[in-house]
Amino acid sequence: MTQTESSPGSSPEGAISGAELRLENVVKRYPGQKAAAVESLSLTIPAGEIVAFVGPSGCGKTTSLKMINRLIEPTSGTIRLDGEDIRSESATSLRRKIGYVIQGGSLFPHMTVATNVAVVPKMLGWDSKRIATRVDELLDLVGLDPDRYRDRYPRELSGGQQQRVGVARGLAADPPVLLMDEPFGAVDPITRQRLQDELISIQRELRKTIVCVTHDIDEAIKLGDRILILQEGAKIAQYDTPDTILAAPANDFVADFVGAGSSLKQLSLTRVRSLDLGQPTTAHVGEDTGPVVRRAEEAGDDSVVVLDDRDRPVAWPWLRQVRHNDRVQSTPRELLVTLDQAATLNDALDTMLTSAHSKVIVTGDRDRYLGVVDFESVTEHMRRTERDAAQQMQDAGGHEAVDADG
Amino acid sequence: MAESRPAPVPVVESDDDVAPEQSARVITREMVIMLVVPPVLVAAVFGAFVWWRQTAELDSVEAQQLRWGVIRSLMWEHVQLTLVSAAIVVLVAVPLGIMLTRGRFRAAAPVVVGIANAGQAAPSVGLIVLLFLWLDGGFWTAIYALSLYGILPVLRNTIVGIQGVDPTLVEAGRGLGMTGAMTLFRIEVPLAIPVIMAGVRTSLVLIAGTASLACFIDAGGLGEILQTGISLFRFSLMVTGAVLIALLALLIEWLGRVLELATRPKGI
Ligand SMILES: Nc1ncnc2c1ncn2[C@@H]1O[C@H](COP(=O)(O)OP(=O)(O)OP(=O)(O)O)[C@@H](O)[C@H]1O
Ligand SMILES: [Mg+2]
Repeated sequence: MTQTESSPGSSPEGAISGAELRLENVVKRYPGQKAAAVESLSLTIPAGEIVAFVGPSGCGKTTSLKMINRLIEPTSGTIRLDGEDIRSESATSLRRKIGYVIQGGSLFPHMTVATNVAVVPKMLGWDSKRIATRVDELLDLVGLDPDRYRDRYPRELSGGQQQRVGVARGLAADPPVLLMDEPFGAVDPITRQRLQDELISIQRELRKTIVCVTHDIDEAIKLGDRILILQEGAKIAQYDTPDTILAAPANDFVADFVGAGSSLKQLSLTRVRSLDLGQPTTAHVGEDTGPVVRRAEEAGDDSVVVLDDRDRPVAWPWLRQVRHNDRVQSTPRELLVTLDQAATLNDALDTMLTSAHSKVIVTGDRDRYLGVVDFESVTEHMRRTERDAAQQMQDAGGHEAVDADG
Repeated sequence: MAESRPAPVPVVESDDDVAPEQSARVITREMVIMLVVPPVLVAAVFGAFVWWRQTAELDSVEAQQLRWGVIRSLMWEHVQLTLVSAAIVVLVAVPLGIMLTRGRFRAAAPVVVGIANAGQAAPSVGLIVLLFLWLDGGFWTAIYALSLYGILPVLRNTIVGIQGVDPTLVEAGRGLGMTGAMTLFRIEVPLAIPVIMAGVRTSLVLIAGTASLACFIDAGGLGEILQTGISLFRFSLMVTGAVLIALLALLIEWLGRVLELATRPKGI
């Protein structure tokens, strides 16, 4: 976890490693089509931000995305990466500087996890030692134990794990820009939420410029620093921060797309980190259970959060289960469902539904333990925001009606 | 996998995981049977033949044709005809098939497959005799004919195999910055290998069978025993020829299967 500025791919938190992307009047007309798939898209994506492209099916999201790495050549218009026209170099060398992640991971089935991740570094001519180090670093970053997974084939991974490897492969050569096309579309909701959390956590560390195509507005709200809502023909309906889009949809199309229910929206806008986290008894793997049980009893806890040597939560046994053993035991980390601090209250409620504790463990960077959030603190938060909103409404008088017209 | 309940205690440090645990190369029971049965069967039948050959009372014609030296050299010719033709088929059909999946040649693929189809539909004797009239007899004429005859399965499977590679994988490769040649040799060809090798096996069997006709143009092979049996009306020779050809074909089909398994990339 100790990072130096010189180590490849891990800039200290907050330092932007991304590059600005600018699209200028970009048009794509497929041969034999009457209406252009993308009619004149102009847009600036600031360095170090995640921008989510959302919109109905067929509106041109994928087309717009693929023009950035020249998998599709625009009919006209210019795309600039860090001020430089992307046509000023060959498409292959451009693509090696732009990470690309697609649905399901699209791993090459005949290559091991390590070989898959190493594809771009190998093409860039890195020596094998540097590649091996980088592969392990990336697997660790996406939450896969390198010793356990590096020599596996994609077939031997779950969908979520494949997707993680896909993200690692996209980040392998430390590109300033990462393009993702519905990256988490092919996994179950709980895994999807976990992958989203991990992406947010990775982004906190790396600060890349990330373009993420999705058709799920909740995912866009959760991931995006900004959201680009597109209409048929990739016409921009609104391009703004999630808060602004939720609070002030630019038109009916956006309002419809975003959906209704202000306090429910709040659930997907508020992050777990903004709640006060509970601090139940914790213990480390291998500790004597005697003192642990005593601590828990004093605190009045009926369960104990077990951490590994890197302070990552690995198990959450009831107190009576802890008493069975002399030493605190662990389980494989994957079996415990946790939430990243950037997860939304929506995610927290979802996860609680499947938990025996009606609480969820919250983690920070690299899965480090932060605390737990319980059902009461979520509902308490909701009640408070609703009260505040009602208060504001009263203060503002009849403004709402005027806004709806604009 | 949605498991946030406390783990049951005592917990064993285990390698349990949500992902399917399987070896990278799956060997099914069916495959084991396919690999073990044919050699055993061939050995048993061949043993029975040896026993018969040593104990039977043969007349001079039969004894002449069934000398071990003769059998061995005919069998060796047969194997040579088969393997050399198959090698030529692979060397020609695989690159040709790959080329027919690339850009501007793609349109020609149906035409070429059509021609190969017609070639295979033509009676094999006809093809061999035609080439004989044109090139005279001998080993290499037989090789030409057999190669022509066996090209279709490999050609077709190469094209189908490469076209059958998941296009999103090819696009993922391009999106990561692979050149066209890299996507071809690192992704498309390796992933098409199982299909291509199935074609090679089919072709091997086809050629091994057809090589029995090589004797008509003085190229030898086990067909000679059969032919002698027919022309001199020796039942024992006919049966011997047929049995030996069948055994060799079985063995070559088995060899094809072994090749298929051995060349299959790990992980698929
Ligand atoms: N290769 C192509 N040739 C012709 N038309 C295409 C091609 N690819 C996409 N289109 C058309 O361009 C339009 C935009 O497609 P695009 O794939 O960008 O949509 P999308 O927003 O990604 O949709 P989805 O959410 O369904 O993935 C669609 O009308 C589609 O039919
Ligand atoms: Mg799309």
